[in-house]
Amino acid sequence: MSLELNETLQAVVDGLSNNYSDSLIEVYQSCDHTYIRVEANSILNVCKYLKEEHHFIFLCDIIGTDRYTSDERFEVIYNLMNLRTQDRLMVKIRLEEKNPVAQSVTSVWTSAGWMEREAYDMYGVRFEGHPDLRRIYLPEDFEYFPLRKEFPLLGIPGSIELPNTTPDTE
Amino acid sequence: MKLKDINSKVDPKFFKEHQQGIYQSLEDKHTTIEEIDAADPLNAKMVLNMGPQHPATHGVLRLILQLRGELIEKGKLDIGYLHRGVEKIAENKTYQEFMPYTDRMDYLSPYNNNVALCAAVEKLAEVEVPERAHYIRMICCELARISSHLLWLGTMVMDAGAISFFIWTFREREKIYDIFDEVAGHRFTVSHSRIGGVASDFTDSAVARIKEFVQKFPQELKDWHKLLDRNRIFIDRNEGVGTLSTERALDLGATGPVLRASGYGVDQRIIKPYARYDEVEFEVPTRLEGDNLARYFVRMEEMRESIRIIQQCFDKMPKGPVRANNAKQAYPSKDEVYYSMEGMIHDFMMTDTGICPPAGKEVYHAVESPKGELGYFIQSDGTGHPWRLKVNAPSFRNLQVLEHILDGEMVADTVVVIGGIDPVMGEADK
Repeated sequence: MSLELNETLQAVVDGLSNNYSDSLIEVYQSCDHTYIRVEANSILNVCKYLKEEHHFIFLCDIIGTDRYTSDERFEVIYNLMNLRTQDRLMVKIRLEEKNPVAQSVTSVWTSAGWMEREAYDMYGVRFEGHPDLRRIYLPEDFEYFPLRKEFPLLGIPGSIELPNTTPDTE
Repeated sequence: MKLKDINSKVDPKFFKEHQQGIYQSLEDKHTTIEEIDAADPLNAKMVLNMGPQHPATHGVLRLILQLRGELIEKGKLDIGYLHRGVEKIAENKTYQEFMPYTDRMDYLSPYNNNVALCAAVEKLAEVEVPERAHYIRMICCELARISSHLLWLGTMVMDAGAISFFIWTFREREKIYDIFDEVAGHRFTVSHSRIGGVASDFTDSAVARIKEFVQKFPQELKDWHKLLDRNRIFIDRNEGVGTLSTERALDLGATGPVLRASGYGVDQRIIKPYARYDEVEFEVPTRLEGDNLARYFVRMEEMRESIRIIQQCFDKMPKGPVRANNAKQAYPSKDEVYYSMEGMIHDFMMTDTGICPPAGKEVYHAVESPKGELGYFIQSDGTGHPWRLKVNAPSFRNLQVLEHILDGEMVADTVVVIGGIDPVMGEADK
């Protein structure tokens, strides 16, 4: 598939293939946006490089997904924006099912803090170097990761201890 | 008292691990606010829990603040009290079926959410939307924006001490609800947009009502400006409160009016015009101060711009169909459904399996909702259900900003700052 890249994104792809040729896996486009997949262990360096050299100073979102495959089951997608040329870039990494750990990018963008917490809460992807990696929506006492495909839609009865609703009794 | 071990002072009854975690995290939080008096002879240090059931927190938002006297040394937010797992639900619904859930995310401007979802799916499945439908969407989105900002204005001014203001903004909001009632058949959760267009065309009386509103509203806005712009109490409460510099706003991922009040004019309607925003003229109000007062001015001006957009839309709106005329992509019109067999079959098929975008495609589409950039990320696996649907909620991102700008404020200003950020918990908690 041929790529239609504008100036900024072409520069990004060229820069990455020159400096990070070992970790660049694929570049593709889907519905107007460019997706770049890199090796999971280089994500921190790639993000730093994109921010410092290509002005991707704005992190819009971090998206976790469950591919439900036997290898590289989880995917984390970083939605970056270059505010000078107003281009969007999606950077992807894939993680193994067993002990999914990614490098935290909180040192690059502070805004990654809550977004990584959300990915951790929903998929159990841990982020190394995150200053405060706790669940964000669900209580810490909850043991499951609800957006994983094997988690049933109806939930697991008894998985969450609810407070006593009748007053004056213990 | 040394607050070295907050955890020994509290004894949570349930979710013990969670509660201990959040107090621990408050203890560990790094802050740049200077220690005023390490000895603390007056024992003025305390940990204050606000919420989740606090009337001024705009929903179920919980703040844990460490105070020294009246100063907030550091604070942590606890969200998730309204978590319903809509992303999980989305994976088990067809695209159209999921739309009513989006109404209940940012329930103050449901129309923007509907449009955000529809536009994302349309981009994914390459559905052409008729011209008139685009304009109907734009008009309704702008009305929803005004409605959302009106609620913010009423509650924020009420938080700052003026109760009667709330009634006046709600009177105007009521008119918008009546318009939506006429347009969509629902006042609050409209669900009027459809994949491939909108559910129904404007009726004559709906057009008349909108035009009347557009004509009369600027006068109200002017009156409010007159009342607040130079109001001593209002300015004293808001000026220099919750200040956020441009660099910090970008670093913390602020969005919408919060970012624009900090001096960076990012607006999805300009960056990547959806619907027909490239054909209307409007300005993106931006301020440099970054405090609560700047956010007030930005939102007030946005309402004026919305009125301008609606007026231009009426001038440019062509006549024609309001939904794509392709039975594989959009619901057939009700005339067809009631009077032809094919129409009924198509209607059934749309309800049963719905639209099936090509497998392996991914899309991210963002619209400018009243709170900021509202984006839908969808991964398709070729069936009628999304494989993964992620909502990029502006309130979620702005709440993260709140956690950082509260440090160093006075405790009495907390409520005003929350009002200025204008979070909707339905959206932030998903």
